[in-house]
Amino acid sequence: MGLASILKSRLIPAELENHINRIRKPIGSLGYDPWGYNNEVMKYGFSLTRQIYEKYFRVEATGVEKIPADGPVLIVPNHSGQLPIDGLLIAYALASRKEKPRIPRAMIERFFPTVPYLGNLLNEFGAVLGDPTNCAKMLANGEAVIVFPEGVRGSGKLYQDRYQLKRFGNGFMHLAMKYKAPIVPVGVVGCEETIPAIANIKPLARFLGIPYAPLAMPLVLPAKVHLNFGDPMVFDDLEIPEEQVTERVEQVKAAISELIDTGLSERKRLF
Amino acid sequence: MVEVEKSRPQILVTGAAGALAQQVIGRLREDCDLVAVDFREQVYLGDDIPSYCIDFNKRSFEDLFRRYQFDGVIHLGRIMSSQLTRMRRYNANVLGTQKLLDLSHKYGIKRMVVLSTFHVYGAVAYNPALIDEEAPLKSAGLSADLIDSVELENLANIYLWRYPDLNITILRPCNIVGPGVRNSISTLLGMERAPVLAGFSPMMQFIHIDDMADAIVLAYNKPQRGIFNVAPQDWVAYQHALKLCGCKRIPIPSIPPILPRLILRTLNLRSFPSYLMHFFKYPVVIDGRAFAREFEFSPRRPLKEIFRFYRENKKPV
Repeated sequence: MGLASILKSRLIPAELENHINRIRKPIGSLGYDPWGYNNEVMKYGFSLTRQIYEKYFRVEATGVEKIPADGPVLIVPNHSGQLPIDGLLIAYALASRKEKPRIPRAMIERFFPTVPYLGNLLNEFGAVLGDPTNCAKMLANGEAVIVFPEGVRGSGKLYQDRYQLKRFGNGFMHLAMKYKAPIVPVGVVGCEETIPAIANIKPLARFLGIPYAPLAMPLVLPAKVHLNFGDPMVFDDLEIPEEQVTERVEQVKAAISELIDTGLSERKRLF
Repeated sequence: MVEVEKSRPQILVTGAAGALAQQVIGRLREDCDLVAVDFREQVYLGDDIPSYCIDFNKRSFEDLFRRYQFDGVIHLGRIMSSQLTRMRRYNANVLGTQKLLDLSHKYGIKRMVVLSTFHVYGAVAYNPALIDEEAPLKSAGLSADLIDSVELENLANIYLWRYPDLNITILRPCNIVGPGVRNSISTLLGMERAPVLAGFSPMMQFIHIDDMADAIVLAYNKPQRGIFNVAPQDWVAYQHALKLCGCKRIPIPSIPPILPRLILRTLNLRSFPSYLMHFFKYPVVIDGRAFAREFEFSPRRPLKEIFRFYRENKKPV
């Protein structure tokens, strides 16, 4: 038995393998999809995330069953914590649910594809460059897509601004309307405490060509994370002025805000 | 009553020295009268097919149109970006194609298929996957070495709309690979050791030369004007493809970006030129569904079969 197969048998038990294979992703003959998702690599990612999800962040997810079992859906959470840990945990919560699991696709910052190794790895786990065309094509393919309408404004915010929602872009609402995809709001509580940043060193970020350079401890703290999934919100696809689209976005934002408050009230302690 | 025999269509096929053109000729020769031309060399294609080595920019090229009453033109004679100098490529691909289009219009050609490439979309980090035909052609802004590919397309496009009677169809295939193909990606897959950019393994699409030839023939036989991507609904990461082809991967340092450019310029590899570097870094995944739908095309050679060929032919006899 080679090293690779020993490693595989250790990391990927048969039950996990069956679980992932049961979720039939539309993939090509070599296990890839057009965005670089790879079924085999995903199994390793799933196994690793299970440890992080269950042991490190001890995630408590409520209402994950509210995400429809099939068809296009946009999962819209608040964004926080410098690294996209929130996206990873939400994706795991949905992929590991007992009834009708799904492997969602997370839209990631535009800078990731330029990072060697990490960019490809994220793609293989199912993350996709945050481009409207990508999102549109995936919804057309009937995928579940995680979108952070706050973008880097949310993930890069400082600890002093924790749990304050930043401006939401309207793009996700246009896509949800066009592809008749329900929106499932998610309130993430705990990720703000994983990498608390006290400042953003902008010149360093500019020099490195990254969206922000947080002044923070060089470690990820094991904060307890609560994920609260809201009821799916359905919007019609009528031609409406941008002002009304913004109003709809505000409705989603308010729903997320409410879910965050629920999470904060449920939380007994930070760690 | 004696049935009048329908005359066989007469077709001009350019790029006759290439493996793809020869596959296309093989498929059409039974039902059509073909004339083969190539910019580079004269090839013997049998006694029934006149074959010429002609520079499209020379006046004698028009004599061919005077001598034969062409019904259609299949323009596959595009000098690849890894061949010749930029200037000679421009003359052959852009000015030569313009001449061909002019003559086709002048002599009343009724059907034209032009082979382009997915390279015209350009490889950038922000490319979405499944690029549609309407997407902007970014490659001209990224590398001067790909300008001729974009210009060729632009010309064909202008003629497509200005002269609808020409019935031009432009095909933008993904990587064409398989026996006899001499482009850079086919050379890489056939090598014992192939360069990769460390940490980058973009998604790629490959189409077998036989499937591509089928696609061209299908396109020719249905006069549907327009621009179409041609790619199978299957994808693989570059480094995985190399592995399946039995290539040992040689990583080239990829950051800072100036480093791989310097290394590649110094090495000056034909199969891995510095201006194609980004195609080995960022994905250019095209959506071939419109073509498949319109021309009822479905490729028959799976990726595994393509890669097996390269794996088993590492050391040609």
